[in-house]
Amino acid sequence: MPLLKVDHMTKNFGGLVAVDDLSFNVEPNSIVGLIGPNGAGKTTVFNCITGNYTPEAGSITFDGQSIKGLRPHKIVELGIARTFQSIRLFSDLPSIENVLAGRHCRMKAGMLSCLFHAPSQKKEEEASVERCMEELAFVGLAHHWQDPAGSLSYGNQRLLEIARALASDPKLLILDEPAGGMNEQETKALVDTILAIRKRNITILLIEHDMRLVMKICEKLLVLEHGSLIAKGEPSSVRNDPAVIEAYLGSDANKW
Amino acid sequence: MHDTTAAHHFHAEKNKTVGRFFEHNKRSVFYVALILLFAAFPLTGSSYWIDLGVNIGFYTLLALSLNVILGQAGIFNMGHMAFYGVGAYVTAILNTVWHWPVFWTMPLAGCAAGLFAAIVARPIIHLRGDYLLIVTIGIVEIVRIALLNDIGGLTGGSNGIFGISRPVLFGFKIVKPIHFYYLVWGMVAVSYLLFYMMRRSRFGRALNYIKTDDVAAEGCGIDVAHYKLLAFVLGATWAGMTGSIYAAKMTTIAPESFNFMESCIIFAVVILGGGSQLGVLISALLFIGLPEIFRQFNDFRMLLFGLAMMLMMIWRPQGILPMRPRLYAVSKKLFSGAKESTSKGQEKIA
Repeated sequence: MPLLKVDHMTKNFGGLVAVDDLSFNVEPNSIVGLIGPNGAGKTTVFNCITGNYTPEAGSITFDGQSIKGLRPHKIVELGIARTFQSIRLFSDLPSIENVLAGRHCRMKAGMLSCLFHAPSQKKEEEASVERCMEELAFVGLAHHWQDPAGSLSYGNQRLLEIARALASDPKLLILDEPAGGMNEQETKALVDTILAIRKRNITILLIEHDMRLVMKICEKLLVLEHGSLIAKGEPSSVRNDPAVIEAYLGSDANKW
Repeated sequence: MHDTTAAHHFHAEKNKTVGRFFEHNKRSVFYVALILLFAAFPLTGSSYWIDLGVNIGFYTLLALSLNVILGQAGIFNMGHMAFYGVGAYVTAILNTVWHWPVFWTMPLAGCAAGLFAAIVARPIIHLRGDYLLIVTIGIVEIVRIALLNDIGGLTGGSNGIFGISRPVLFGFKIVKPIHFYYLVWGMVAVSYLLFYMMRRSRFGRALNYIKTDDVAAEGCGIDVAHYKLLAFVLGATWAGMTGSIYAAKMTTIAPESFNFMESCIIFAVVILGGGSQLGVLISALLFIGLPEIFRQFNDFRMLLFGLAMMLMMIWRPQGILPMRPRLYAVSKKLFSGAKESTSKGQEKIA
């Protein structure tokens, strides 16, 4: 059974059809890449899955449950965590507090026990800080734990967003251009981090423009153009697909 | 090379921990001094100054409760006096009609204000800043006009309600301004502490995330609408309880005490404070205290006050004391543990 099943999904913005009758599956424990030229509707697809947009038609099923129309925080609770294309960290807050934001939905302390610092609240708080430190260490930012997120380098901010997403114990991690703004060395480290995430039995769906990264780590590619799927399959076959070459011709074709 | 940098960071961390210990104690000394100062104030002042102190105390309580809504969650609420009014009237009615002791009515006044806030805020809480602001102005006006129109024959119209009895605490009757001074500032201290603890919890953090970026907060799994509503209700409940004490202090309350202008003043106190509770406290002292000190300048006093506000806007637009990021107590053991797992993670990857 696929972990995520998108079925005949359509999303319009006024007269513009951003996603047109799109269907695809994401199998558990795989790394799937969603690629396509700029404006193909990739981020819109992500926003529909994470609940930021509600598609007009079609269905989205995650882990056997329909998630269409649920609010974003509910979807995070069900096990889909995301990072943003334009980094959305709480830049004045320390890194650890950013990661704690992801942990929030797994914590239980209510308002009153928060006001009075009940013993259970204290215990939970300590355990959560510890867990978030582990996530920071996992992406290699443990020594930055007290630094404001905004003071980190661009690449590290992307890693911090990943740590924040991981802190919510996701089953599916959605990465929107994780290598955007990273240099070659940082991209290499990112590949290792993504592979290490998969080892934790977390499924990954990513948008990326860095074709070398995509070809290296994705087991399956989905190619989007004008909101519909023009090709899907293994990277090697997609690479030689005439429709894909056509879509990329003149812009990124020579990068392949 | 990785090891040496990690070791370096580890030592830096240790020094930071030592520094934090002193900083913590410096803070305790400061707060003890502050409490002593407030406790000693009535011993020196005349009854005029004590009365002013009580007045500032009420504004501080209101500002601290609005700070939860506006300062922490970033919800633009310019109708805070509505909840203060609801609390004051609940106490006044229960006390004068059914002769409930004031302190018994206090939790009820808080709950009534909280419930009222929940009902009026539920449909509007998702509105963006400026739109919400306009609706809350509407709320405070509706409450004032409702009270003025003698709703249900209970609120006494424009005359208000008089003859509210004095509160009795463990057999001690609170009558004089000096009694109220200690009662109100005691409540300030308790509120200050509770809201401080709240900030250092999952709830306080959620509000802070929402204020910074509500889309990111929702995307991280925080139920933004729910937490905004909780903050709103908590702040309103506090204002309602404050209103309860206010009714007992004044013994007479009238709708005009809970008008839009007063809401603006509380709003300005919180904005001027900059988001931190100490900032709000200082700001309340300045905002309510300064016009009294300037009284000798007669007609010029509001002019001077306005000038001070303008200079403030130019030189310190972020407020008196903006919120400082919280220092997380990550123990030495935990940090070295994290260091270990980093190198382990690296090994795993390599």
